[in-house]
Amino acid sequence: MVNVSVSPHIRSRLTTSIVMVDVAIALLPALLMGVFVFGLRALLVIAVTVAACLLTEYVYRRLMKLPNTLSDGSALVTGLILAMNMPASVPLWVPVLGSVFAIGLVKQLFGGLGQNIMNPALAARCFLLISFPALVGGSIPAVGNLFDGNLWQGFLSRMTTATVDATSTATPLQLLKDGGTVDLLQAFLGLHSGCIGETSTLAILLGGVYMVWRGVISPRIPVVYVVSACLCIGCMRWLSVGAMPSANYLLGQACTGGLMAGAVFMATDYVTSPITPAGQWIYAILLGLLTALFRVFGSYAEGVSYAIVIGNTVVPLIEKVTLPRPFGKRGAAR
Amino acid sequence: MNRRTFKQGIHPLDDGKASTKDNPVRAMRPTGEAVYPLNQHLGAPSKPVVAVGDAVLVGQTLAAPSEFVSAAICSAVSGTVKAIEPRRAVNGRQALCIVVENDGRFEAVSDFDTPRTATQLSAQEILDIIRDAGIVGQGGAGFPTHVKLTAKPGVQLQTIIVNAVECEPYLTSDYRLMLERPEQLVEGLQVVLQLFPHAKGVIAVEDNKPEAIRLLRQTIQGNPRLLVQELKTKYPQGGERMLIHAVTGRDIHSGKLPMEVGCVVLNVSTVVSIWRAVCRRVPQISTIMTVAGDGAATPCNIEVPVGTSYREVLEAAGGMNGEPEKMIAGGPMMGLAMVSLDVPVQKTDSALLLMLEDEVAQYEPTACIRCGRCVRACPSFLVPPTMARAADHNALDCFQAVHGMECIECGCCTYVCPAKRRLTQSFKTAKAAVKQQQRRRAEQKAGK
Repeated sequence: MVNVSVSPHIRSRLTTSIVMVDVAIALLPALLMGVFVFGLRALLVIAVTVAACLLTEYVYRRLMKLPNTLSDGSALVTGLILAMNMPASVPLWVPVLGSVFAIGLVKQLFGGLGQNIMNPALAARCFLLISFPALVGGSIPAVGNLFDGNLWQGFLSRMTTATVDATSTATPLQLLKDGGTVDLLQAFLGLHSGCIGETSTLAILLGGVYMVWRGVISPRIPVVYVVSACLCIGCMRWLSVGAMPSANYLLGQACTGGLMAGAVFMATDYVTSPITPAGQWIYAILLGLLTALFRVFGSYAEGVSYAIVIGNTVVPLIEKVTLPRPFGKRGAAR
Repeated sequence: MNRRTFKQGIHPLDDGKASTKDNPVRAMRPTGEAVYPLNQHLGAPSKPVVAVGDAVLVGQTLAAPSEFVSAAICSAVSGTVKAIEPRRAVNGRQALCIVVENDGRFEAVSDFDTPRTATQLSAQEILDIIRDAGIVGQGGAGFPTHVKLTAKPGVQLQTIIVNAVECEPYLTSDYRLMLERPEQLVEGLQVVLQLFPHAKGVIAVEDNKPEAIRLLRQTIQGNPRLLVQELKTKYPQGGERMLIHAVTGRDIHSGKLPMEVGCVVLNVSTVVSIWRAVCRRVPQISTIMTVAGDGAATPCNIEVPVGTSYREVLEAAGGMNGEPEKMIAGGPMMGLAMVSLDVPVQKTDSALLLMLEDEVAQYEPTACIRCGRCVRACPSFLVPPTMARAADHNALDCFQAVHGMECIECGCCTYVCPAKRRLTQSFKTAKAAVKQQQRRRAEQKAGK
């Protein structure tokens, strides 16, 4: 007996799991930086979040008598991205609740991988941020300064500090909003307060370059998003304050808060971003506009999560109006 | 010379050509019966002009075109017409066939393979010769060549493009033809140019065939109307629309003929068939096939008389190497998976691939993650996931609204898909359903 199927009879070797593992690898620098900056407690948060996501996915598929999909790696990525969006000081039940919300409600109830209308991790973060602002919104300070005192001592303290008891501190983004300035080098390296995976622009860019090199994402969405966000933030700040914002303000806005992490890892989420090239432009520009609105005029300094989640919901519309003209019909009247 | 190409498309991992590209074309003499399906071309099926019991010779007409868009069929063997009955064709369907019992003597009609000077023939005479020789496009579609070459009133033909791209992995039959018979190709092209005095001839070859490019450039030397255009290697450059874009920069869609942008595209083998018919009085009774794949004992190129069974071709090529899991007539991207080797070779056939392992069977389709790789691969700029959603829900109007009918079924989307979704399968099914619906509506209209 021979097999019969419709052409093509050959396939590329790429699979969904390979793509997801590539995303997970790209997330590593940012997450490791988080552990370095906030101490081992961050690692615990990451481990618990990932485990909760995997478990939720497994239990849901089991209960619904659906095939097990753990091996596609998507729950792993959701877990890592959710953890990246948690402060290291968060009580552990918070990311667990978030994981159940992300995987159970946002992903599986909508039909599983590929069917969710919002990025599961970000929707969960928004849910947690609204429900428990004190636990999720605050941030512990980064442990020490890389450049002060004994480097090794600093490193050790960074790796072991029990940061749960540390007092909450203002994020650089909040400082900027209140009219302060930030140390740009520290901001770029990620030695400041914030969520576990969002502080280090350098580590995030490293992950982004890896994904572009591996062909996982195109730089289109992240670049357009960051540029659009900075332009919009600049314009709106100018409107609201009445003076041109300083370079420190603009670069600080780009390097701190969730913008870089959001642009590289969350706005590029396959499922919840447009697949049409023109749609990706519109989507990225829209995200920049929303982010600026929330950051400049919102009561809360951060705005990336809400911007992306709202952007997610209009993706089907964007795709509908940006359906490319097929070959041979470009420039034609009909 | 700048290398041109089209936008998007893919680079398959393994082009599989190494095993056969250096093997000269061998000839074979079949011993079994020869079977000629009457519908082995696009258009109306041919009309038999022989009856059961008639003796036939090599080159003798077995069936004549029944309409303008139809083709003649000539015998590749000598013997007796045994039957005119439905047989299984290579696509797995039953087709009315003329079956000739092969006497093994290969006696030909009197003027077979004798020279003729093309320059003394009028355009109409050349077209008649091409029609009577049963020449159809050998790129795969099998469109009758005399129809393609009939000038449309008001259309100034500028470019005759010879499709020497052979972008399908594994296939090297066109490449061998270019290396071994470059003069026939060039003279054949000159015969076609005789029909269109204002056109120039462009032989389009991909840059993975430098030998062929060098040889053809040498052969066309001193002829101002001919050009060898080097193209960047990419699949599916051999697709008619992609090739016209690559060579001329002009675009056509499914509702337009190449003629409308001043082009005619002919396959390399078709041009050589034209040369044989016009200059040597040999009708289209053979085709060069690549027998390859890890299931072929000795991968090779072999010139096969049309009508020979695939089983005999495989035996002549050296047989199987183990038990293949999949047998493909044609290339791996667009070829047909065969159920049985006991079907006849048709004029348009160019390969028999035997795969010990079926790559497709190793993967189950999983959920679409909307990664957009298919969108970036599609040479027709379509959005495969949107089309697939419409196709899988049998929403034919929606499928057409998202330009589903522009799909050329090249298989790029399915090849690149990390979720291993069977996109091309959905599109083929939906396109067939749309065409059937259109036919039914047209019939209803006509009935009123």
